[in-house]
Amino acid sequence: MQFGVFTVSDVTPDPTTGRTPTEAQRIQDVLTIAKHAEQVGLDVFAIGEHHNPPFFSSSPTTTLGYLAGVTETLQLSTSTTLITTNDPVKIAEDFAMLQHVAGGRVDLMLGRGNTGPVYPWFGQDIRQGLNLAVENYALLRKLWDTEVVDWEGHFRTPLQGFTSTPRPLDGVAPFVWHGSIRSPEIAEQAAYYGDGFFHNHIFWPASHTKRMVEFYRTRWEHHGHGPAERAIVGLGGQVFMRRNSQDAVREFRPYFDNAPVYGHGPSLEDFTRETPLTVGSPQQVIERTLGFRDYVGDYQRQLFLIDHAGLPLKTVLEQLDLLGEEVVPVLRREFAALRAPGVPDAPTHASLVAARDAAGTEGVATQEKEVA
Amino acid sequence: MTTRRIVVLTAGLSTPSSTRLLADRLAAAVTAALADRGERTQVQVVELREHARDLADHLVAGFLNTALAPVLESVAAADAVVAVTPIFSASYSGLFKTFVDVLDRDALTGTPVLLAATGGTARHSLALEHAMRPLFAYLRAATVPTAVFAAPEDWGATAVGTTLESRVARAAGELADAVAARPPATRTDLFADVPDFTALLKG
Repeated sequence: MQFGVFTVSDVTPDPTTGRTPTEAQRIQDVLTIAKHAEQVGLDVFAIGEHHNPPFFSSSPTTTLGYLAGVTETLQLSTSTTLITTNDPVKIAEDFAMLQHVAGGRVDLMLGRGNTGPVYPWFGQDIRQGLNLAVENYALLRKLWDTEVVDWEGHFRTPLQGFTSTPRPLDGVAPFVWHGSIRSPEIAEQAAYYGDGFFHNHIFWPASHTKRMVEFYRTRWEHHGHGPAERAIVGLGGQVFMRRNSQDAVREFRPYFDNAPVYGHGPSLEDFTRETPLTVGSPQQVIERTLGFRDYVGDYQRQLFLIDHAGLPLKTVLEQLDLLGEEVVPVLRREFAALRAPGVPDAPTHASLVAARDAAGTEGVATQEKEVA
Repeated sequence: MTTRRIVVLTAGLSTPSSTRLLADRLAAAVTAALADRGERTQVQVVELREHARDLADHLVAGFLNTALAPVLESVAAADAVVAVTPIFSASYSGLFKTFVDVLDRDALTGTPVLLAATGGTARHSLALEHAMRPLFAYLRAATVPTAVFAAPEDWGATAVGTTLESRVARAAGELADAVAARPPATRTDLFADVPDFTALLKG
């Protein structure tokens, strides 16, 4: 099972000091957080995509390209890449390039985005969001899986004799996760392609996440990818830890109360009860996180949000230390012990190449024919 | 025989409230009118006041908590809805509208709805027609023709013209007719209507 962190890249005032980091500082801080994630033994770093302040991350592959050069083992991902408003050709090119730079340590999570004006800013119509996700992803797959592409759709200029370069590393496209909080259609899309499904799992009650994941698993089996319990599931989560749980609550409360997304609404206690947010000791985080498995089944990836709402870098690095030293080693052991036989790990470049090779020469033959 | 589920939404703010009083009279009248038509009923009264914080939390944080989510499911699965609000500043109250804002766009499509309101003076009564009815028309609800307004004097001396009691009975009869004419409502499921992906792909 993979453990990691995901960031939304917000530049937010620290409510306890009133100080807002500069964009430049926050960007450096996020790079530090990613490098530290590897140092403490986490597996994955994922960054979001936004096109408006107070977020800085408009260009995730630039960030991840740098991180590829300064890390050794970290899996680099996104949370999410906008399949609706990005040109699928550019996604195909950017992530294939990143694959080569990172030696395959790349996957990506597609999402539709939740900022209305981004659609018109990029020449699209939000009412077409779902149709854009369907058509753009079908093209993206084709660009990666087929050497020479002839294509025509509704939302982008047609392609005749187009080859997306560089070709995916070793001829194998990066693994794709589809993220959605509330649209079963996206879970259906993930199931249809045999891709991963990621639930953000931060803003909604567990009962909702459970239904979304159940639906994805059922549809995965329906579309012929194997038993439902072997579908590839990822979850978000949000934690803040101190050794003493009362210290954690006291320290996190002002950040929670003023958080851009949910501040000035539910109390910390309400939100903790209603959503997977856990504020307390490492042991409490371990117990809560192990409980996720009770309602989504064996799953492959757990990402934590730890760096938002103006939390200072030093505090975030301390959270990473606690995750790496006390939480994740126990979670790895406990989840492994509970896991049903036959449940796969999250796909990596190596496992995808091996699976392709094990499937025989069929794929190679197709590729050669299309080159010819 | 199926039991018909009637959800009564009442947006009064005081306890006790005249809005709740009107809601209870309407609920009793609807139950009696449906019994006359051979239908069993089950009434669920939702005091929106009790969900004021849930609704505010939803506005700010964007998620339905476990107290509010079942209420929305009940409304979407109701055979009929009785909606009662106090009239504030010439329209339904903010609390009432906030609840309606949280409903799924299709939650009330085709559902028979009885509109009712209370107010400080009978001069506010047409707010039912110029504010409440268009709101429910937007939701494609099947509002019954008679909307019931209760002014302070309706609770006391014999009113001139129709009495509150007769208006309640007429509106309840209209709602009961609408319910009895329809098959029992079925629960809608977010996951039931998702098209197979091959259909989505064809766009």
